[in-house]
Amino acid sequence: MKTRDDRATTPRGPRRAWEESAPRPAPTERGERRPSFTTVSSVPIERLVSAADLEGWDPGERLGHPGEAPFTRGIYPTMYRGRLWTMRQFAGFGAAEDTNRRFKYLLEHGQTGLSVAFDLPTLMGRDSDDPLADGEVGREGVAIDTLADMEALFSGIPLDRISTSMTINAPAAVLLAMYLAVADEQGVSYERLQGTLQNDILKEYIAQKEWIYPPAPSLRIITDLIGYCASRVPNWNTISISGYHIREAGSTAVQELAFTLADGIAYVQSGIAAGLEVDSFAPRLSFFFNSHNDLFEEVAKLRAARRMWSAIMRDRFHAKSPRSWMLRTHVQTAGCSLTAQQPYNNVVRVTIQALAAVLGGTQSLHTNSLDETLALPSEPSVRLALRTQQIIAEESGVANSVDPLGGSYFVESLTERTEAAAWDYIRRIDAMGGMVHAIEQGFPQREIAEASYHYQQQIDSGEKTVVGVNRYTEGDERSPTLLRIGREVELQQLERLRATRASRDAARHARALRDLEAAAGSGANLMPPILEAVKAYASVGEICSALKKVFGAYQEGAVPL
Amino acid sequence: MAVANKVRLLVGKVGLDGHDRGAKIIARALRDAGFEIIYTGLHQTPEAVVATAVQEDVDGIGLSILSGAHNTIFPKILALLRERQAGDVVVFGGGIIPDEDRESLVRAGVRAIFTPGTSTQQVIEWVKENVTRRRR
Repeated sequence: MKTRDDRATTPRGPRRAWEESAPRPAPTERGERRPSFTTVSSVPIERLVSAADLEGWDPGERLGHPGEAPFTRGIYPTMYRGRLWTMRQFAGFGAAEDTNRRFKYLLEHGQTGLSVAFDLPTLMGRDSDDPLADGEVGREGVAIDTLADMEALFSGIPLDRISTSMTINAPAAVLLAMYLAVADEQGVSYERLQGTLQNDILKEYIAQKEWIYPPAPSLRIITDLIGYCASRVPNWNTISISGYHIREAGSTAVQELAFTLADGIAYVQSGIAAGLEVDSFAPRLSFFFNSHNDLFEEVAKLRAARRMWSAIMRDRFHAKSPRSWMLRTHVQTAGCSLTAQQPYNNVVRVTIQALAAVLGGTQSLHTNSLDETLALPSEPSVRLALRTQQIIAEESGVANSVDPLGGSYFVESLTERTEAAAWDYIRRIDAMGGMVHAIEQGFPQREIAEASYHYQQQIDSGEKTVVGVNRYTEGDERSPTLLRIGREVELQQLERLRATRASRDAARHARALRDLEAAAGSGANLMPPILEAVKAYASVGEICSALKKVFGAYQEGAVPL
Repeated sequence: MAVANKVRLLVGKVGLDGHDRGAKIIARALRDAGFEIIYTGLHQTPEAVVATAVQEDVDGIGLSILSGAHNTIFPKILALLRERQAGDVVVFGGGIIPDEDRESLVRAGVRAIFTPGTSTQQVIEWVKENVTRRRR
């Protein structure tokens, strides 16, 4: 892979003459505000990028047409002229009924897809009455223990008319099974279901830390789910390979890109190793990236991601179908960029980040709410976040032309540099034997911890500005009105779990869990026994515990500081 | 090697919350500032944190909570410390904690709650002023 870094730093000819004639009074050497300029991720940025920096750069090869490999300009020929991105606000809190009401509210206000946030106990595969769940039930998302909760969550929402994204990883197979069971109850066939599971366990070990089992059995469950969906739930996106959390944990844009694609490589390898034909499942893999404040860095990252994935799928995995080569992605604005101070400033940050996602060609978008550094978002702030997307879509004009930044000297050279740096990481991970080994050695974890510490030091020293935090600060301010989740949600959820346990068919429940454990030991596909266990009203915690008996529990190694 | 008069701090993550970016940054910054740091890692119970704190003879406990469970976890830690005659251990913390909760936690005995945007220097300064070697 050619890089153009060297050229970016050695201007020649007319450009050199211009550089030399440019004004350079004191106080700094070049008469500029700072000795050097860098992106949010500390990538050096030149004063001017011009044609000389793209010498020999072939737009036919590096860009192609929208809708054609390498998809740098977007995965569809018409992009947002054909159809706008899906505006998908992530929501979930309290008991299933509370979230069900929020879903209906969002659908009434023009949202086009649902996105479920689960509470921490659910994300960790534990029931609401687990000792470690104390104080966490329904707080960061909706509490789901059994099928009874899932029925309440989607009550009055026809599953064949919406698409649903579920942010769930270690217990993803259980929650998908619950969704399938609700579809059965509604009389909706699985072929008509549309949606996405996050189901990306590798980034849990790297960044978000919501794991249950060790990597190998986790990959087996994922592969079982991919195989099951390929034949039974063909329109379901089986994994959303996520850089979002890697970035939130403090990575740079390049690390986010590289580690995410390396995770993707590991999933494809494990599908192929399980005997699946690459084109039978690769088109259902999707991605999820972060969008931070540095607009061009984010645009470059998304454009590079598409070009790289297309190369990975064609050249490395020999996928034949162009649909396997396409990187389809969801983007969420960067939660970690928001500030508790002067929270209305967050609306502006979110606007810039959302604009970057759209200019970068995302397929769907979540915009964060201004109060998310303080609590789960209130209804008015969620509405403002959704309106932000609608204004970008309908008023700004940026959705009128495909890849409007394509061909910009600056954007193209930054896209090339981002890609080259990400390939470098992928080569290092390959040399370690792939992402699972890299994780076991703590490699991505260490790289991210270094980057996040460095970034914090830059903020603490004032080298990087955060408006309202280290510059342009104000005195004490009160936070806006927040959404509060009361303790009564927890009590109500515990009562429902108790009632479900008391009323279910005990014999069917015990048999289902026994069969599930046997399947885990035998290597049979786990989806059918999980579906039966769910229909027998086994809880998330009971199902995950049954699997844990066979698979063991993951323990993080020593954490270096 | 423990130095007799060096202030010892435990930095902890309690419950299911996996957000450890802040905890690790604070732990590293405090260590670089010369404190002895014990970082618990993720998913600890309040009982395990207090047991470690007592066993390791720490002078302060800093907890990072971004899951909304602060109103449950901090009071539990304070109660367990008192039970084990270690009520003089300075408990402080940070995370996603709304103003009114911050005030009630401070009334309950948490000595300081740092909110997002606090610099590592501010935390270091506060610890230098407020945490000293316990007498025993």
